[in-house]
Amino acid sequence: MIRFENISKIYNSHSVALRSVSFEVKPQEFLSLVGRSGAGKSTLLKLLIAEEKPTHGKIFFDTQDILKMRPNELPFLRRQIGAVFQDFKLLPKKTAYENVAFAMEVAGKSDEEIKSDVPKVLDLVGLKDKMNNFPKQLSGGEKQRVAIARALVHRPSVIVADEPTGNLDPINTWDIIRLLLKINELGTTVILATHDKEIINALEKRVVSLENGSVIRDENPGRYILS
Amino acid sequence: MFVKLSRIIKSGLINFWRNGWLSAATILIITISLVTWTSVFLSNVVLTSVLNVLSEKVDVSVYFNLNAKESDILTLKSKLEGLGEVANVEYISRDQALKIFKSRHTGDEVLLKSVDELGDNPLEASLNILAKDSTQYTAINSFLNQDQFKNVVSKINYTENKLVIDRLNNIIRVLRESGFLAGVILAFIAFLVAFNTVRLAIYSSREEITVMKLVGASNRFVRGPFLIEGVLHGAIASAFSFAVVVSGIGFIGPKLLSFIPEINLVNYVGSNFWSLLFFQTLGGVALGVFSSWFAMRKYLKI
Ligand SMILES: Nc1ncnc2c1ncn2[C@@H]1O[C@H](COP(=O)(O)OP(=O)(O)OP(=O)(O)O)[C@@H](O)[C@H]1O
Ligand SMILES: [Mg+2]
Repeated sequence: MIRFENISKIYNSHSVALRSVSFEVKPQEFLSLVGRSGAGKSTLLKLLIAEEKPTHGKIFFDTQDILKMRPNELPFLRRQIGAVFQDFKLLPKKTAYENVAFAMEVAGKSDEEIKSDVPKVLDLVGLKDKMNNFPKQLSGGEKQRVAIARALVHRPSVIVADEPTGNLDPINTWDIIRLLLKINELGTTVILATHDKEIINALEKRVVSLENGSVIRDENPGRYILS
Repeated sequence: MFVKLSRIIKSGLINFWRNGWLSAATILIITISLVTWTSVFLSNVVLTSVLNVLSEKVDVSVYFNLNAKESDILTLKSKLEGLGEVANVEYISRDQALKIFKSRHTGDEVLLKSVDELGDNPLEASLNILAKDSTQYTAINSFLNQDQFKNVVSKINYTENKLVIDRLNNIIRVLRESGFLAGVILAFIAFLVAFNTVRLAIYSSREEITVMKLVGASNRFVRGPFLIEGVLHGAIASAFSFAVVVSGIGFIGPKLLSFIPEINLVNYVGSNFWSLLFFQTLGGVALGVFSSWFAMRKYLKI
């Protein structure tokens, strides 16, 4: 479904984020990406939604070469991927409800669908009563949950979650992980980048470990092991 | 399609409202630009009419010997009227000249009495010639200086006025050119100020624009609400600007009228009300929309 071929990303001479990374993500797989801070996890996910361009290599989504897409084709790629960004990337001038609804508007869903789905998804992440708050009126964990809701709401075929539980307490963390597992069971491919050793070890799913921009381990099921 | 459009409009209206002070500041700056543009335009209208009034004040008078026959004078008058350079010729007979002289000096008993004592009318008949353009008096003057008119013409006042006429011609030319240039520069500065204000506002939204793109919005869907905001900024600014201009004219117009009776700004604005309003709105909306559109381009490239 997603294939990275010999991907390198060199931001500048003293910042090489990825070195010749190759691996494939199968449809409906649940894949965890682990590695120390700075290993290149976020960079890899940014390449997938074409937020950054790789220095070398190719990335395929289904059969399409992402790097050969024209600018006006990128929105269609991005609508198929639900991304939870490490820094949330919520729209500051929109309420929690509007932030989540935005992903559906963009995907061209009808007003009726938006009205019925957005509150459901916000309820799922436990934020029904904060629907009309603006991001600056939300805590870090609440913002993170809005970001997760936005990534799920339009039922993308792939969910890419960069550290989606970084700001959550253990109970919320497990709620979110269970939610991701559930969505995965329903057929959505999930790529999860995280530092959380406990989660990785409990998941017993495929784990790709990055170190210094290279894949050092790719096991299924894998564990959280950093040399 | 229709759903998207209504979402874009709704979102533009909401953003406009939520941006509060930023919207107000943008409207203020666009208003100032529009007022500047309109003032430049109206000053040009005033300047042009002042210059026209001035050039109408310049004329050439030919005086005739006391014994010149009225029929000769009238023949010359019709010849002059046949010239391409001449706009108007006015005949002032000796009697009329005396009347004008007397009315000009009412109250000066001594002078009037001494004229009466002369018994005979001492004033010469004359033709006042108005050229179509004040640079054409030289040609008219040489026409009058032909030998065939020598025995009836007593004096042409062109020679004594030549210096004044030339100087006036120069002043008119310089005023026209520099007025136009100053207007263009001022209008351009006003444009730059408004454009940069909008650019700053868009700059402050650059991360939002990126986020919208990353979530999968098309350029059109991202740009739309900003353009709606631009339309609102421009339309509201043009209403304010129009109010400012109209009340400004109400204030200045009558004063100007008492200075130069030929220039009635209040009437001018009255008879051009709709086109002024139309062009102001067009200018405001174009300014708002163009600036947003242009300022956004580089943030959409992701
Ligand atoms: N825009 C950028 N310009 C230059 N260097 C960058 C840029 N973004 C990331 N890097 C560098 O690339 C490397 C990988 O960064 P990346 O964000 O992918 O790490 P990460 O694995 O997500 O780390 P973390 O777990 O802390 O989120 C780091 O060394 C970082 O300094
Ligand atoms: Mg990261």
